[in-house]
Amino acid sequence: MTAPVIALAGIRKTYNAGTPVEMEVLHDVDLVVAGGEFACLIGPSGSGKSTLLNIIGLLEGPTAGRYDLKGRSMQSASDDERTRARLDTLGFVFQFHHLLPAFSALENVMLPGLMRDGAFTEDSRARAGELLRAVGLAEALRKRPTELSGGMQQRVAIARALVLSPDLVLADEPTGNLDTHSADDVFALLRQFNATRGTAFLIVTHDPRLAARCDRVIELRDGALVSDRAQTPA
Amino acid sequence: MPLVFEWTLALRFLREGGMQTLLIVAGATAGISVIVFITTFLGDLQDDLVRRTLGVQPHIVIRAAEEVSRPLAPPGPDLALSQVQTRTQRPRSVDQWQALRDQLERTPGIRAVSPVASGPGFVARGDTSKAVTVLGIVPAPYAAVTRLNEKIVAGTLQLGPGDVLVGLDLAKDLGAGVGDKVRVSTPTSAGDAYRITGIYDLGQRSLNRAYVFVALPTAQALLALPGGVTSLELSIEDLFGADRMAKTLQAGMPHEVESWMRANSQLRTALNNQTVMTLLIRFFLALVVAIGVASVLVVTVVQKTKEIGILRAMGTSRGRILRLFLLQGALIGAAGAVLGSLCGYGLTSLMSRFVRADDGAMLFHAHVTPALYGYTLIVAVLLGLAAAVMPARRAARLDPAQAIRL
Repeated sequence: MTAPVIALAGIRKTYNAGTPVEMEVLHDVDLVVAGGEFACLIGPSGSGKSTLLNIIGLLEGPTAGRYDLKGRSMQSASDDERTRARLDTLGFVFQFHHLLPAFSALENVMLPGLMRDGAFTEDSRARAGELLRAVGLAEALRKRPTELSGGMQQRVAIARALVLSPDLVLADEPTGNLDTHSADDVFALLRQFNATRGTAFLIVTHDPRLAARCDRVIELRDGALVSDRAQTPA
Repeated sequence: MPLVFEWTLALRFLREGGMQTLLIVAGATAGISVIVFITTFLGDLQDDLVRRTLGVQPHIVIRAAEEVSRPLAPPGPDLALSQVQTRTQRPRSVDQWQALRDQLERTPGIRAVSPVASGPGFVARGDTSKAVTVLGIVPAPYAAVTRLNEKIVAGTLQLGPGDVLVGLDLAKDLGAGVGDKVRVSTPTSAGDAYRITGIYDLGQRSLNRAYVFVALPTAQALLALPGGVTSLELSIEDLFGADRMAKTLQAGMPHEVESWMRANSQLRTALNNQTVMTLLIRFFLALVVAIGVASVLVVTVVQKTKEIGILRAMGTSRGRILRLFLLQGALIGAAGAVLGSLCGYGLTSLMSRFVRADDGAMLFHAHVTPALYGYTLIVAVLLGLAAAVMPARRAARLDPAQAIRL
């Protein structure tokens, strides 16, 4: 087994602490995801999946517990350190693709490189082009997001999440608003990148069909992990 | 740090803003062009107003100090002065005026120095006799100080030993024209006949009747001031700095130094009020521009909440988001300054062509002052930056998890 990318121990998250509407949405969650894994996180609405994903993605902090990202403790990291860790280690794919409409598909995929290097480099242009071809969008490099279908936009978002070769890609319902056919294509792409590049994936999904195609299924219910099992994908 | 990320996104966001960006740049342009116009206009108009009101009054006059009464014995314990009669003032020459003139001509900030010998006199032709002030001048420096050369409406500004220059209305009163002879006399001299070589028009009847100009040596003879001058008249670079300049000069000499501002305190008060008013107008215009830029940027931040969230999630720091929006404010300010300066210049040129004084002279001259435009650019960029502070801080403080969920 490869070294863990993320290691969570005793994670708790409480909203509105100290008020009458105080609510603990995560209770004592322990979770380790190793490099190269292809895991999905399932559970009913309100079970705390998104909150857990946000904590793993360093978009919010846990109320209590320990979180190590690639062996580095994240509890006392400053906002800038968390931002830097997101840029270097993590990739995000959201349900509503969230591309920047003012930029072409190629430029959207080049944005993470611009953030890291402070300039548009030839290298990042080449990598972005290569990735867009890999997701089947060789013809759409110059197109704006509004000129692309939902499935195509999601593929651009996947290319963008992968362009800096992150250790782990966090995907929140990546096929949630796509038709079945596009959803299958997008999911196949994620599996393909997992196989060829060894990028770990943690995918939040409602869809039992997709869950069946993951190597590992983690189930969250009422803020607690109720099952965590390895499986042979269908 | 070249800020490529901030520049790239700021320019894209502004371009993407389309109509919104166009409107706010147009607003900033309108505000700034009026500020530029008012600034140019005010300077020119005040210059013009002062020039017209002062007529042939110079910016600064240096005269011999007034004579004071000197008691024969100084007052002491056993002598009190119950009444001191002030002395009458007779025309007196400025001591060492040639040396003083040379020194003043070398002083920075002084444009021209003209020696003048003046005193009361009469002009007569036939049965008509008029009381005037006789001014003895050297035409070239005097024209440099008072622009009398621009006011000549007939004949020329040439003064030989037997020549005299009179005003338009005085010439009418005397029924005389260029080439006619008039008698000029003073209390100290029976005078002589002089030939009118030129007629001037200062735009005011009272002034046109008040002065006759003769050559300096002629006046010296008429006023019994051999070799002397009653005043040195100065024109200076900074019209509204006349008071300060006068004070500086006063400190270094025994003579009396008076600026146009002290001699015309009412005019000065009126001009000051005008300056304060336009300052207020410019300030509020700038405020309106800043509020406009700020409100548009606030809307942009709200519109782009999701994109800001995703940028933050992807690894954009708070500082970068802050700079991204500050830069947009600065760019709007800079665009407004460039376009506003062009429009302001156009407006001034247009006005200078169509709005003229009664005598056809240009009221203002559309001065191309690079300093004003440079200054405008700096102020507008700072204004844009200041306007962007609040929206930019708001954008930088957005919680990415919440922003994405929206």
